[in-house]
Amino acid sequence: MRIVCPHCGERGNEEFFYLGAADLQRPAAEAPTEAWHDYVYQRDNPAGPHRELWQHWQGCRRWLVVTRDTRTHAIYAVADAAGARA
Amino acid sequence: MTYSLFTLAREALRGHSGWRPAWRDAAPKPDYDVLIVGGGGHGLASAYYLAKEHGITNVAVLEKSYIGSGNAGRNTTIIRSNYLLPGNERFYEKSMQLWEGLEQDLNYNAMVSQRGVLNLFHSDAQRDQYARRGNAMRLHGVDAELLDAAAVRAMYPFLDDANARFPIRGGLLQRRGGTARHDAVVWGYARGADVRGVDIVQNCEVLGIDVANGRVTGVQTSRGPIRAQKIGLVCAGNSSRVAAMAGLRLPIESHVLQAFVSEGIKPLIDGVITFGVGHFYVSQSDKGGLVFGGDIDGYNSYAQRGSLPVVEDVMEGGMALMPMIGRLRVLRQWGGVMDMSMDGSPIIDRTPVEGLYLNAGWCYGGFKATPASGWCFAHTIAKDAAHHINAAMRLDRFATGALLDERGAGATPNLH
Repeated sequence: MRIVCPHCGERGNEEFFYLGAADLQRPAAEAPTEAWHDYVYQRDNPAGPHRELWQHWQGCRRWLVVTRDTRTHAIYAVADAAGARA
Repeated sequence: MTYSLFTLAREALRGHSGWRPAWRDAAPKPDYDVLIVGGGGHGLASAYYLAKEHGITNVAVLEKSYIGSGNAGRNTTIIRSNYLLPGNERFYEKSMQLWEGLEQDLNYNAMVSQRGVLNLFHSDAQRDQYARRGNAMRLHGVDAELLDAAAVRAMYPFLDDANARFPIRGGLLQRRGGTARHDAVVWGYARGADVRGVDIVQNCEVLGIDVANGRVTGVQTSRGPIRAQKIGLVCAGNSSRVAAMAGLRLPIESHVLQAFVSEGIKPLIDGVITFGVGHFYVSQSDKGGLVFGGDIDGYNSYAQRGSLPVVEDVMEGGMALMPMIGRLRVLRQWGGVMDMSMDGSPIIDRTPVEGLYLNAGWCYGGFKATPASGWCFAHTIAKDAAHHINAAMRLDRFATGALLDERGAGATPNLH
């Protein structure tokens, strides 16, 4: 699988570090336990398009939001995470 | 039909014309007491123990493909009970005890071979960690031996124990660990369940779960609707997708794990060896191929195939541990989809939906757990409560904080 970094161009995925789902909303500190439980542990884990965070740690070191199909590894979109997260 | 030396001799004399299929390829009935969703080893074992231990025989196992076509046919066949945490260790030791009596219980040759599992360590700190784990095992009555470097060298003289960066300082050995024949486990449980009245329904994909007033009433499948009092989900790899049909969101990500087998060679490795630095483990099948694997690919995937960087990483691990395998050719390589749970341990529990039970989150260690997983899940379904043995494997432990984090890696599924 190869990812087209918006800053560095197309690179092999071994240059990137994977974190996980991109659109988790961090709750307020005083939010109830359920909200924190959902944020820390619960995942949609879709079979299909998935917005996820990758860091180009062997390149520009920027965090990216990659939209990838988890069934085929086809990549539909890559954007710098600054401003790209919902 | 009971398998024995007598039946073998009888069939040999009459041209093997009397063998019958080991189980019926059943068509689904409209109504069951219990439905098991997922016809892998764990699902079939669950159905088997429901019938055998609890007398619940109006049961169907629904499999979207053919039985054993998923991870039951993709694992590296290792069995062991060398865990640290009490909530895990009592469970995996139950599994080991069931393995030890499995063939007599099932009247089926599962080729259980207690050839020993050796975890190598390469530093003083790692030695301390393994000594602690070995002590925890012995406190649970499980066998564990801490070997020094000389003892490891005597067992496996071909390992690169003088590696400048990662010399082998010793290993933690569980002699009762070993391997079993994965397909035979599936077939043995299928046969044992079938003879007790369980319907094994293949090519029957669950497309929806019917819930009314907070209680399950049945499923919609590719072969029509089926009603049931209780439903057990045993579809690791796809747990999130199936549980979502009942409105549940799980603490699980699906990841791909690869495995490899080399061309067949003469007997070389008589046990199971795990490398303590890179992630690499190896054993030798009875056909002679070296069976080995390493890390998961590390990003969410439902594709049953792996990526090349991890292939390279596994090969490097193998070469670092035993350089002589460099001239072996890899015969096959494949991938399976794992439920990676948020603390690296499985879930066997009830769910917030009445009558719906969950068996999930096996990460890359599900095969060894097959007997105890089925045994505990059957108990949980039949009694509507967990057994002491799986009492720690709760679904709500992520909310209560009672995690089972063997590795201490936190809520990062790709690091467990």
